[in-house]
Order: sequence, then structure tokens, then C-alpha cells
Amino acid sequence: MSDIDFNKINSMEFDVLREIGNIGAGNATTALSQMINSKIDMKVPNVELLEFKNLADIVGGADRIVVGILFTLENDIDGMMMFMMDMPASRYLVNILLGNPQPDDLSGDYEFSEMELSALSEIGNIIAGAYLSSLSTLTNLTITSSIPYMAIDMAGAILSVPAIEFGKIGDKALLIETEFGDKEKSVNGYFILIPTLNSYKAILNSLGL
Amino acid sequence: MSKIIKVGMADANVCAAPDVITTLGLGSCVGIVLYDPVSKIAGLAHIMLPDSTKILNNSNKYKFADTAIDILIKDMMRIGANRNNLVAKIAGGAQMFNFGNSSEMMRIGDRNVEATKEKLAQLGIRILAEDTGANYGRTIEFYPETGLLHIKAVGRELKII
Repeated sequence: MSDIDFNKINSMEFDVLREIGNIGAGNATTALSQMINSKIDMKVPNVELLEFKNLADIVGGADRIVVGILFTLENDIDGMMMFMMDMPASRYLVNILLGNPQPDDLSGDYEFSEMELSALSEIGNIIAGAYLSSLSTLTNLTITSSIPYMAIDMAGAILSVPAIEFGKIGDKALLIETEFGDKEKSVNGYFILIPTLNSYKAILNSLGL
Repeated sequence: MSKIIKVGMADANVCAAPDVITTLGLGSCVGIVLYDPVSKIAGLAHIMLPDSTKILNNSNKYKFADTAIDILIKDMMRIGANRNNLVAKIAGGAQMFNFGNSSEMMRIGDRNVEATKEKLAQLGIRILAEDTGANYGRTIEFYPETGLLHIKAVGRELKII
């Protein structure tokens, strides 16, 4: 069993992590689609290993406001998982879920109501649950997740939490970007899975690597 | 015209007046500004973790409070700062998510702030002002011309320390 070092990750390991991301995001989109009872398409996710200083650029800059929903993981896999969306994506999904009409312009400042916040939290729950259950099925490992913890703030600040966990095991972070939407509109969501070092080994071992 | 120098996460840079140095979206990380008021040279490090000796993979020295401060001082002296003049201002170290418990993993913001203060105290560098803790992200800009640190946060007024 070799130590995982994200600076020297081999292409086989990267492919496996990418595939896990792919399947997880696919299941999460299906779950979201069922929840809102309308078809949601998902593009093939874009999986990247990024240096910390470039991490926030992919979501449009460190000071862009985003919604981050974070779960802590326990059991065979320890660590964190985060689902992050920008404000337009969050508002779009909340409006679908609550049956509110979509405004023409979803950009600009906005403050969510209590009701909308709990809808967001529920979206996070469903997406993360589907993501984790596919990971669990794939690896045959037991994963228990916490309740969702949510924060709405600058992307850099929200990303600092998973980035710090990655920082303990390397100098890069693994980010999975997925674009989903219906035929009228598409929005971006980002998954970040941060198992501890031992859990990475557990995941790769369970898949025979 | 003055330039704006950007510092990313686990990164650091130096700057001299009239230029401005900034880092965007500090969360649990800490932004450490070192400043020589005589030469008006400043350095800014955006650290993620408290202690390089506790982590096996520590090739990026800018990631840790202890090693980042050491390198930042050298970088500043290289462009003309005087070690004996240095003072500090720090910001960040928030707890972004409200976890019910206070496990080690969750207290990282506090630990980053503590480690930063400890290191600066060891080096005899005085902290003139700080804006740390709480639960929100901060964007900071330091103006070596005036020695002032501007702190922006979502839905809050500009704070100048």
C-alpha cells in the first residue's frame, strides 16, 4: 500500500477518482431530477486537480458569492464532502423545488428566505446522499454522512475548508465540476470529496488498486 | 499608476508603495501582512495550516504559518525591507461552517490564528491590529503607502485596521 501524494498521483489513480466523480455526480443529478419531477440533463463532469492558488478561479474568482453545503463523513471513509453552487444556480434550483416562477435575471444580490434556505439544504442532502450512496456501492465501503452544514459566502472562504483538508495530504485539490439543467437553462455545480489519507487508500484498495 | 498584486491560497508575495497587495476570500485561512513602515515595503502570506512539522507533505512552504512567515521575511528583505522595522497585521481564521461540535478539524481557523501569533511572537514582530475569527469570509487589501489594511466581507461595511 503506497502513500497517496496528490503531487504525484498516477494516471490510473486519477482515472479512478474521475470515474467515481462521474458516477457520483450522475446519480446525484438523477436524484435531483426525481425530487423536482422534471428532467435534468447533466454534462460529463470535468474533473481537475488544481493547485490551491488556482482553486477559486474555476468557480469564477475567490470573491464570488456561492452556496456551500458541507457534510462530514464517518465509518469506512472519513473526511468531508462539499457541494457548491453559485447564486444563480442555487436560486434556479430553489425556485424549481418551491414551484416559484423563474425571474429573467438570476444574477445580482439576493437574500434567501428561511424557507428557501431549508430547500437549499434539502437539495444538498439529496445530492450528497445520491453521490455518497453510489460511492458506497462502487467501493463496498460503509459511509455515514452528517447533517448538511451550509454557508453562503465568498468562494475562496468556503473552499478554504475543504482545501485545508486537502492541504494536509498534498498541494492540490480534486474538484469535480458538473453542469446540469433543463432545456431552457443550465447551471453549474461543484462536488468536492475530501477523504482522509487513510480513506483514499481504502477507496483505491477497494477497487483493486 | 499603482499595481494591485494578488496573492492566492497557500501563496505569498511582496509589494512596495504605491502598489497594493491583496488576497480574496480568506476563510479559515489567515492573511498575514508584514510591513516595514520606513521603506513602505509589505509582504502578504495566505496560509492554510498552522504547523509544517505536523504534516508529512510540506513541500509548499507558503501553506503553513511557521514556514510562510520565515520565507516572507526573506523575500521582503531582498527588495529592501529592514527586518528590525517589521510589524504585522493579520485577518481571517474564520469558522465558515457552524459545526455543533468543536473537534480539531473544525477549529482550524482558531489554530491558524494561534500559530500565526506564536510565530510572530517568537520572531519579536508586533501585531498592530487584527480582524480574526467569527464565521464569515474576508477579502483584504493592504496599502503600504498608509500602512492600512482594508477588510471587505459580504453584507458588511468596509473595515479599516
